[in-house]
Amino acid sequence: MCYLFFYEKGVDSMIKKDKIVQIYKIILQSNERAENLPNDTKEVPFEMRVKGKLLKAANLGDRVEILTSSKRKETGILIAEKPFYSHSFGHYIDALEEIKDVILNETEELEI
Amino acid sequence: MSNSYKDVMNRKSSIMKEALGLDYDQFEVDGVGFNYEKMMKESGYTLSDVRKIQIDQNVGQTPLIELKRLSAYARKFAPEGFGARIFLKDEASNISGSFKARRAAMSIHQAKKLGYKGVVAATSGNYGAAVAALAAKAGLKCIIVQECYDSDGIGQPEIIEKARACEAYGAEVIQLSVGPELFYEFLMILEETKYFNASLYSPYGIMGIETLGYEVATEINKREGQFPDMVICTNAGGGNLTGTARGLMKAKAFETKVIAASVDLSGLHMASDNHFNQKSFTTGHTGFGIPFSTYPDRSDVPRSAARPLRYMDQYVLVNQGSVFFITEALALLEGFERGPAGNISLAAAFSLAQTMRSNQIIVVQESEYTGAGKHMKAQVSFASDRGVKISLGNPLLEKPGKNIIFPSSGALLKHKELPLNQLRTSYLKHFSNRELSKQDMSYLASELKTTTEHISILLEEINESQK
Repeated sequence: MCYLFFYEKGVDSMIKKDKIVQIYKIILQSNERAENLPNDTKEVPFEMRVKGKLLKAANLGDRVEILTSSKRKETGILIAEKPFYSHSFGHYIDALEEIKDVILNETEELEI
Repeated sequence: MSNSYKDVMNRKSSIMKEALGLDYDQFEVDGVGFNYEKMMKESGYTLSDVRKIQIDQNVGQTPLIELKRLSAYARKFAPEGFGARIFLKDEASNISGSFKARRAAMSIHQAKKLGYKGVVAATSGNYGAAVAALAAKAGLKCIIVQECYDSDGIGQPEIIEKARACEAYGAEVIQLSVGPELFYEFLMILEETKYFNASLYSPYGIMGIETLGYEVATEINKREGQFPDMVICTNAGGGNLTGTARGLMKAKAFETKVIAASVDLSGLHMASDNHFNQKSFTTGHTGFGIPFSTYPDRSDVPRSAARPLRYMDQYVLVNQGSVFFITEALALLEGFERGPAGNISLAAAFSLAQTMRSNQIIVVQESEYTGAGKHMKAQVSFASDRGVKISLGNPLLEKPGKNIIFPSSGALLKHKELPLNQLRTSYLKHFSNRELSKQDMSYLASELKTTTEHISILLEEINESQK
């Protein structure tokens, strides 16, 4: 009974087929990478992230197959459902307000 | 067929041949060189063909504006009678927001003409959005391969924004971690899809910019009765400068000085995972500008059509803080809010104008769009979050990756010279152990815009220093 309960919950929380997701894949392990890399880069794998439509229902962390927007199939670990952009205009920086004052003060009586 | 790094790289030339529809072997000659002008000519387009192809795609014919208040601001710090007039070619008004649309228009046209179903471009910059936008317009599939994240999965905000733009135009974006193996993934994608390699470095990519140089020269001539005295190009892969200079010559502006400007990122390694997010400029910097000038054939085609040392009269550097400062000034004094990476040559112009007479004309030949991530505020706060100190002072003391120093007065915004002979020497080091024929020497002289006698002297100096 208990098993079934968890199983059903698992199915419900699964990300459905055709949903837009993001996957992650290691393209080259650190020992397979190009020569002449700086040490810090050589120590880490070469990784890829790409988005597309999930081909079969799956959970986060599963190895899945997706169809990308150019209709390519790509496999990898499912890392995000409903991926979105969160880049912004950053937070407040004093120095940026200060240069504004410098420019405006120095150009108050410009001769054109 | 193995897809190991080594095996894919070994298939490079056959993959390239298929993905470019151009056999580069026909341009090779005996010795170290190749026939550059033949390559540019036999690609089959004249300047007027290029103009037509671009106009059909809503590309080019951008406004050219005199920045009167910014010029006056620079003049304030110049000796009496000095302080040139600065003009800006507002390339941000191109479809997709940058001059890269000019290059993309040609790649897309060529891909379509040769019957490819789609295009692939290896780029983390504005070129991606340009290719994606014009591929959308042409009904071609598009894949953009970009270097985006460090090993902690932290994405550079500017590159994330480029990915967003590409996806907005329906492209697939493959986001990679730091490293030159981007080229390996790019080759595998070309091999898998059989799409066209929309390289920035093909003859088409460079011809696309010739119209920019041509427009600058003819518009200034029409309005002012003279050609510009100086045109400043932000320099990274070298295509912007090469194409612009070729366009100026096609307009017969032979006396116009062509200046390269890059952001000084010395001390930061471009293939370093740790340094990746320490920089506030993802292009237009010395990390691309110097290696691509001194060894153009490192690009994603067998022979790069971008060969900036053939055309460059001077190479100047500005620091990150100065470019942010001028980005702010452009908005506050001229009402143009533009992306910082497009304003590198503008920062250089502000300083160079002070060394020129007040009736002389400088043209800054690009600007780019701005937005979330791709904005001075996004970059400065991202840097600050990674421990980079932000302050006002003398920008020439800036240490990339450690601090960003904004000029505490416009008077302190100064460029630095990068001596051309230093670049020529680095270039020649690739050939210093080879027997060079007379033909080789004359090829090297055209490559480095100098004489064969000068090449001999530089080679002797290299040999002396290697003893």
